[in-house]
Amino acid sequence: MKAVRPIGLKPPPRHAPRRLRTDADLRALQRLMTHALVQPLRPNDEVAPRFHAGRPMAEVVGEFIKPNDRLTAVERLQIYAHSYWSRLIDCVYDDAPGLRALLGEKKFSALVRAYLAKYPSRSFTLRNLCSRLPQFIREEPRWTAPDPARAHAVARFEWAQTVAFDGEARAVLTPEDLAGRPPAKLRLALQPYVSLLVLAWPVDDYVIAVKQRDALRDEASHAVDHGPRASTGKRVARPRRGRVNVVVHRYRERLFYKRLSAPAFKILAALAAGQSVARAVAAGGRGVTPAAVQEWFATWMELGWFCRRQAGRANRDKSRSIKPEA
Amino acid sequence: MPANRFNAFTDYGIGLGLRVPHYAHILERKPLVDWFEIISENFMVDGGRPLQVLDRILEQYRVVQHGVSMYFGSADKPDRAHLRKLKTLVKRTKTPWLSDHLCWGSIDGTYTHDLLPMPYTFSAARRTAEKIRQVRDYLEVPICVENVSSYAEFHVSEMTEWEFLREVVERADCGILLDVNNIYVSSQNHNFDPYDYLRGVPPERVGQIHIAGHTRFEKYLLDTHDHPVLDPVWKLYARATQLCGVSATLLEWDDRIPSFGEVHREALKAKKFIGGARTHQSQSKASEPRRARRDAKVMSAP
Repeated sequence: MKAVRPIGLKPPPRHAPRRLRTDADLRALQRLMTHALVQPLRPNDEVAPRFHAGRPMAEVVGEFIKPNDRLTAVERLQIYAHSYWSRLIDCVYDDAPGLRALLGEKKFSALVRAYLAKYPSRSFTLRNLCSRLPQFIREEPRWTAPDPARAHAVARFEWAQTVAFDGEARAVLTPEDLAGRPPAKLRLALQPYVSLLVLAWPVDDYVIAVKQRDALRDEASHAVDHGPRASTGKRVARPRRGRVNVVVHRYRERLFYKRLSAPAFKILAALAAGQSVARAVAAGGRGVTPAAVQEWFATWMELGWFCRRQAGRANRDKSRSIKPEA
Repeated sequence: MPANRFNAFTDYGIGLGLRVPHYAHILERKPLVDWFEIISENFMVDGGRPLQVLDRILEQYRVVQHGVSMYFGSADKPDRAHLRKLKTLVKRTKTPWLSDHLCWGSIDGTYTHDLLPMPYTFSAARRTAEKIRQVRDYLEVPICVENVSSYAEFHVSEMTEWEFLREVVERADCGILLDVNNIYVSSQNHNFDPYDYLRGVPPERVGQIHIAGHTRFEKYLLDTHDHPVLDPVWKLYARATQLCGVSATLLEWDDRIPSFGEVHREALKAKKFIGGARTHQSQSKASEPRRARRDAKVMSAP
C-alpha cells in the first residue's frame, strides 16, 4: 500500500533525539515512534522497509530502540506494530460486519487498512474508530468500487448503530411539557442517540440478515471466541436498490431500526433541523391527515425520541446525515 | 501495606475484571466476589446499556476503576473532555482509588490504543509525575500507576524501569498498581532479574496488585491475558506480598475468556500464595513494639 500521511499526526522529526532533556524531546521521540507504528504493514505483516522520505526503517528505528540478544530494533518495534494493527483492525471488524459481508474478505481488509492509514484514531476510546469510515468511503471510492454508494449506505447505517448503542440520552419530553404550547412556536429536539437515515438500499434488512447468520455460526460452533476475523461462511444476498427511511434508535437499552413513511420521516427530519412543530407538520405534505400526525407523534413520544432543546448547545445535529447516497 | 492512603485505606481482597461474557452470570447468579475492576473507558459513555449494566453491578458489588488511555507518560497535556467524562464516572462508581498505566500511547491527539514503554529519563519522570498530579487533583481520588509489560527499550534511558517507577511515584506522591506478570514478562524480554525489580519498588506505595497469564514465543514473552497465571508469576506474587503486604489483588483475563467460575477459581488461587505474607505481616506487627523501643534507646543514646 502506498504510504499516506495520517490525518492529524504532525510530521515526524528527521532524527530521534539523542537525549531527553525537555518536553519537546519527549514529544519528538513519541511522534517518531508513532509514525513508525501507524505506517501500514506489508502484505506479509512486516513493517515497511522504508520510513518517510525514503529512509530505511531499520536506520530510523535503530536511532531510538535498542536491539537485544534475540531481536533487532525493528523486530522489537514490530511487536508493537502488529499489536497496533491487529487491535484496530479487529475493532473495525467488530463494528462493521455488514460492510465486511457486502465487500467480501479481501476488499474489506484492504479498505480497513487504507482507512486506518489515513484516519488513525483521534479518540481515547475505540468506540469512535469507525466514525469517519463513511466519509473515507466517499473520499476514496476506489476501495469499494464498483459500488461505493452501497458501501457508503452500509457504513452510515453501522455507525448509526454505535451512536444508538451508547449515545447520550437527555430527559424525555412528556405530554405535560407540551401542554398549552402553540405548535407555531414549539420546537422539539431529538435524542442525540437517534439517527435519521434516508438510504437508497434497504441496508437495515441486510445488516440484520448478516448478524443473524453470524449469530447462527457462533451458536453452531460452540466456540468461546473465534475472534472477529474468523470466516463468515454462507453469503447473504446483497440488498437491491430501493429507498427506505430508517430511524436507528434504542428502546429500553436495546438497538432498534424503525422504518417510516416518507411524510412521517419528513416531519421528523424537519423537527431535527430545528423547525417548529407547525412548520415540520407542513413539511409532511398535503396528504397527511391530522389523525396520522397525532398517531406518529404519540408513537415517537412513547419511544422517548423527543427531549428538551438545550440552551447554548447546537440542537441541529449535522452528524445525523439524513441525505441518501448518490 | 494492605490498606494505605493509595487505596483509600481499604482491604478489598481478591477481585476480578468485569468482562462482557460474564455479565449475564453475574447479574443472574450474583456470585460472591470481593470486588470487580472495571475498565473505565468501557463506561465513559453518555448512555445506553453499558451504564445500565454498571448501575446494576454497583448495587451489589464494590467496583474499582482501571484506565487504559490516560497515558500519563505522553507529552500531550491531559485531555479536558476525557477528564470530564472520567470524573463523571468516578462520581458514579465512587471508586476508592483509580489506576492507569505508567506508559504513553498518544501524541498530538492521535491514539495508538496501546501501552507503549517510557524512555526512563529524569525529564520524562518529571513530566509524567506532573501529569499524574494534575489528574489526581482534578479527579479528587487517589491514583495508582501500573508498570506495563514491554518489548522495547530506548537508547536514551538513564535508569532501570524500577528506578523510573520509584522516581515517578515519589515525585507525584502517588501509589503503585504492581503488576507482577508484567514484571516477569519484561524481565524475560530485557534480561533482568524480576526479584531485583521487586526489591526496587517502594513497598509502602503499593495499593493494588495485578496477576495475569502470558504467552511465550520463540524470542520473547507477550502479555496476552489469555491463560491461567504461570508458576514463575505466582512465585513472584508470593514474594511481592511478603515485601509489600497483602494488597487488593486482581486477576486479569481478557482474551479467550473461559466461564466465570473458571476465572474466579484461578483468582482465588492467590490465597495459597499469600499465606506466607500474612504470617510475615503478623510477625512484623508483633515485633513492632520491641523494634520501636530499641529505636528509642538508640535515639536517646549520647
